[in-house]
Amino acid sequence: MSVRWRMSVASRVVAALIGGYLLTALASICLARFLPLVRAEAVVLAMTVSFLVYLPAVLWCFACRSAWRAWFGLLLPSAALAALYAVSRWLL
Amino acid sequence: MKEGFRQAMAWLHTWAGLTFGWLLFAIFLTGTLSYFKEEITQWTQPEIVPHQVSAAASVDRAQQWLQQNAGDARRWFINLPDERTPELAVSWTNAKGRFERKSLDSLSGVPVQARESSGGEFFYRFHFQLQMPYPWGRWLASLAAMVMFVALVSGIITHKKIFKEFFTFRPRKGQRTWLDGHNAVAVLVLPFHLMITYSSLVIFMTMIMPLSILTTYGKDTQTFFDDLFPAFKSAPAAGTHATLAPLSPMLEVAREKWPNERVGLVTVNNPGDAGASVTLTASGADHIAHQPGTALTFDGVTGELKNETRMSAASLLLAGGLYGLHMGHFAGPFLRWLYFLCGVGGTAMIGTGLVIWLGKRRLKHARSDVIPFELRLVEMLNIASMSGLMLAIVSFFWANRLLPVGLAGRSDWEVKTFFCVWGLALLHALARVFLRDGRTAWREQLTLAALLFCSLPVLDAVTAGSYLRLSLEQGRWVLPGVDLTALATGLFMAWGALRFRGDGKAALAVRPTTPSTGEPLSPDAPGDRVIATRTPIVQEPR
Repeated sequence: MSVRWRMSVASRVVAALIGGYLLTALASICLARFLPLVRAEAVVLAMTVSFLVYLPAVLWCFACRSAWRAWFGLLLPSAALAALYAVSRWLL
Repeated sequence: MKEGFRQAMAWLHTWAGLTFGWLLFAIFLTGTLSYFKEEITQWTQPEIVPHQVSAAASVDRAQQWLQQNAGDARRWFINLPDERTPELAVSWTNAKGRFERKSLDSLSGVPVQARESSGGEFFYRFHFQLQMPYPWGRWLASLAAMVMFVALVSGIITHKKIFKEFFTFRPRKGQRTWLDGHNAVAVLVLPFHLMITYSSLVIFMTMIMPLSILTTYGKDTQTFFDDLFPAFKSAPAAGTHATLAPLSPMLEVAREKWPNERVGLVTVNNPGDAGASVTLTASGADHIAHQPGTALTFDGVTGELKNETRMSAASLLLAGGLYGLHMGHFAGPFLRWLYFLCGVGGTAMIGTGLVIWLGKRRLKHARSDVIPFELRLVEMLNIASMSGLMLAIVSFFWANRLLPVGLAGRSDWEVKTFFCVWGLALLHALARVFLRDGRTAWREQLTLAALLFCSLPVLDAVTAGSYLRLSLEQGRWVLPGVDLTALATGLFMAWGALRFRGDGKAALAVRPTTPSTGEPLSPDAPGDRVIATRTPIVQEPR
């Protein structure tokens, strides 16, 4: 087992755990904001379904070609969701 | 590309399963026991005899006792007895904000005189708190749940011929048999596995995924919970004294309002204050979804119905439904046993997975006598986490019957026995695996577990025979039911012990056929293309 391979696995694990959580949390934040429901209900639904985002995020981290792609594939949509949320807060 | 994906998922399934398998085994087994939490508690406190007492009479007794003993409390909670819980549990937050709890006899209204034991509550708490300080145990259990979810779905993706192979079971073929068993039990109980895993995340979602609450409500998170459960919104005390209205007429009102549901919990805010209020919530035993938002609120002084709320929003019912499905409070005897068996299936799936991981790698070393350190380590942990845990569980029951009834800190001693025996089992596995071989450790621990489980009914008859006889005379099957389940478990342990006879050379000699591409636990499955440089995942012995 090469050092490179170990580093790659470690990086993917961290990406899955931290990056996956970040994407999931941002998805739940956006859902809570944009779901057309009373706010308490929107928050509950956003939290309830959020783990359905976490799952593919984790699978992606181990299915993609390199550890860099794993990080990129999580941080890009995270940034998009964060931007969407920030813009909606700023405009509305 | 498609095969590459499947191989990556096989790798993920293998390693997620191995690293969290031991912990998940314990979580699943204690969770399975928790479906009979109340029954186990009845067994560990046989002194508490169930009586048929009306809810109104129970609540009157609870009110009387609390008035005398917790008159200055901020809040009272009265859990009414039902067919599974004979005790009338009262709890309160005292003037200093501390939470206290007492079990009352539903017939006489005085604290029950029973041996001190946490009973089923111990297994239930361990299942999600892992005997760790708050909130670390809950976080670790939630992490394990997420890993379980990943392992389940990656396992489904890996297992290509899911239906065709479901009908394949090749007994006495060593590694193949374990894999067939793992697949069969996984697919057979798959809806349960997915439900139980996802719902466990939903149960703790306000703790583990709270950011949307913060962005929506800001720092004022209490408003969120007040929005969800308006009936539990805590109003400040008025500061002037007023006598609390009798609680039993309020139960009458509830019976009219909810003809098909019983009241499970009575909450009294600011008892003895002019601003007192009383909230009645329906028992979880009457519907699947957990509905803490469905409540009747009364004025605590006049006794008039002030407010009626019903939790009916779809999103709340979805979350409450998942919560209720996980807990299974609604399940009658048949469904409860089905829950139990599904839990056993989940536990078996995890256990067989751990055995397969090791078996595959040991095959490589079948011809040499040297087994690498890491494989011995895994074997030791397999033994301690499976047969060792069974020993710890049965010791808890033995301690309950053997420790003196009046011993100070008795319930702590039961818990200490559990963990000491578990620790000893780990040491035993360590010594056997590293100095001799794992099969001996399995055989010895399973034999001891078989003896202890099979003789538990005898121990019960000898040390608590009068309760057993009384309950049989009254046609109550809880105590003998626990004994018979222990006997069945013991026979299963004995069967397991018999499988480990001999030195195991014969079992290892069975060579598996060439691994098919769809095999879930292929040890050499490269994770992806970077990994696909043919680096063996298993380190060869130097």
